Amino acid sequence: MSRINELFKQDLKVVNMGLESFYNDLKAQKVETIHMNWRPRAGGNPKMLALLKRLNTKK
Amino acid sequence: MLELINKANAEAVDRIQKAQPKVVGIGVALNDIPGMTKKTILHAGPPITWDRMSGPLRGAIIGGLIYEGLAADEAEAIKLATSGEITFDSCHHHNAVGPMAGVVTASMPVWIVENETFGNRTYCTLNEGLGKVLRFGAFGEEVTTRLKWMASILGPVLKEALALHGPIDLKTMIAQVIQMGDEGHNRNKAGTSLLIREIAPYIVMTSYSNEDKIDVLKFLNSNDHFFLNLTMPAAKSALDPAANIPYSTIVYGMARNGTDFGIRVSALGDRWFTGPAEIIDGLFFPGYTKEDGNPDIGDSVITETSGIGGFAMAAAPAIVQFVGGTPADAVNYSTMMYEITEAENIAYKIPVLNFRGTPTGIDIRKVVETQILPIINTGIAHKNAGVGQVGAGLVRPPMKCFEDALEAFVIKMEQEGIL
Repeated sequence: MSRINELFKQDLKVVNMGLESFYNDLKAQKVETIHMNWRPRAGGNPKMLALLKRLNTKK
Repeated sequence: MLELINKANAEAVDRIQKAQPKVVGIGVALNDIPGMTKKTILHAGPPITWDRMSGPLRGAIIGGLIYEGLAADEAEAIKLATSGEITFDSCHHHNAVGPMAGVVTASMPVWIVENETFGNRTYCTLNEGLGKVLRFGAFGEEVTTRLKWMASILGPVLKEALALHGPIDLKTMIAQVIQMGDEGHNRNKAGTSLLIREIAPYIVMTSYSNEDKIDVLKFLNSNDHFFLNLTMPAAKSALDPAANIPYSTIVYGMARNGTDFGIRVSALGDRWFTGPAEIIDGLFFPGYTKEDGNPDIGDSVITETSGIGGFAMAAAPAIVQFVGGTPADAVNYSTMMYEITEAENIAYKIPVLNFRGTPTGIDIRKVVETQILPIINTGIAHKNAGVGQVGAGLVRPPMKCFEDALEAFVIKMEQEGIL
């Protein structure tokens, strides 16, 4: 038996990152789940990322 | 660049931590607030013209003009307000802060708070209580009568009592109230109680009649928010010395006028970075809904700026019955604020977080990077002039304020040849 099948025989403990709907679906199925409050840096806004990068110089 | 910013931010937070705000007296706006005139009206938030003001701010200005005897009724007050004769300005431009509409007129009594470490002073009106009150945009005979009593009896009695007592150390008092279930913005039961305990014997010792003393003590006891008008100038007095530190990205001022939300950043001086004030998510009094609520208003967000209010919500779990949510939410809000702040407060400690200091010193870089906005506990004013408070809840500033400030900071660094 492959190791992945061993995993699915156990009670799953899930950490969800990203889309919250995945977390909600698992929660509805009574799977123990933690949703990590994660967002891309600066919300993925390229202009803000560029500004932050400029301030991050060690000079 | 990174080192310059980090060093400047450490300096800004050090100044906030070293603040020793004390209430040193009660004055009159015209005599004590710098730049005040008989025809000046100060208001909460960043500067705004009459044509852009929201209902509650206009209502409070109408009430203020009637109270000062500059107008006989609403129609005359509006005529005067639009005539150009009245100077409108932000409380913050005059070392002052005001809750909700934040209207300050010439003859109002004001608390005088001094930050003993740096010698700077701040000012705030006395809290009127709940219901039909000026700061929520209500006006009329009931409002005017109360304001006149506050100027003729409440202010003078407290002034004399304070002179007999001597300055009251607000830092110690706020540190205590955070451990007694207040967060210093929307829950001030412990603060008001401690203040009464401190000042009551001296009120009894004043030269006023027993009737006046009884009225003053009953008024203080009936108003759970009385201490708010002391946490606010205490917070401002602690933050003002953190302004104008070159390279610092720490926020030293946040305020709303009911139309705009504005922030001020240390290295960027007096400039306001504004965005549209948000609608508040909260609990409404019977008969009112979200549709009745005015966008976010008031200078009271100075408490969050200094590391209390919503930032200390974990210390005040009972507040969720007033603003919505659960005690676990309150803990989460405080915990989240550590992500966007520079330090943990050395005086204000949260028992339920193992006496961890409250998150203090908002850094615009962290707000933009994490997309976590400051959390604010606040009252909700009716959108129409003259109605008053309709609920309380939670709100956040617009992200635009922080993004615009970050961009302006980079441009300034380029202009100075640092970048």
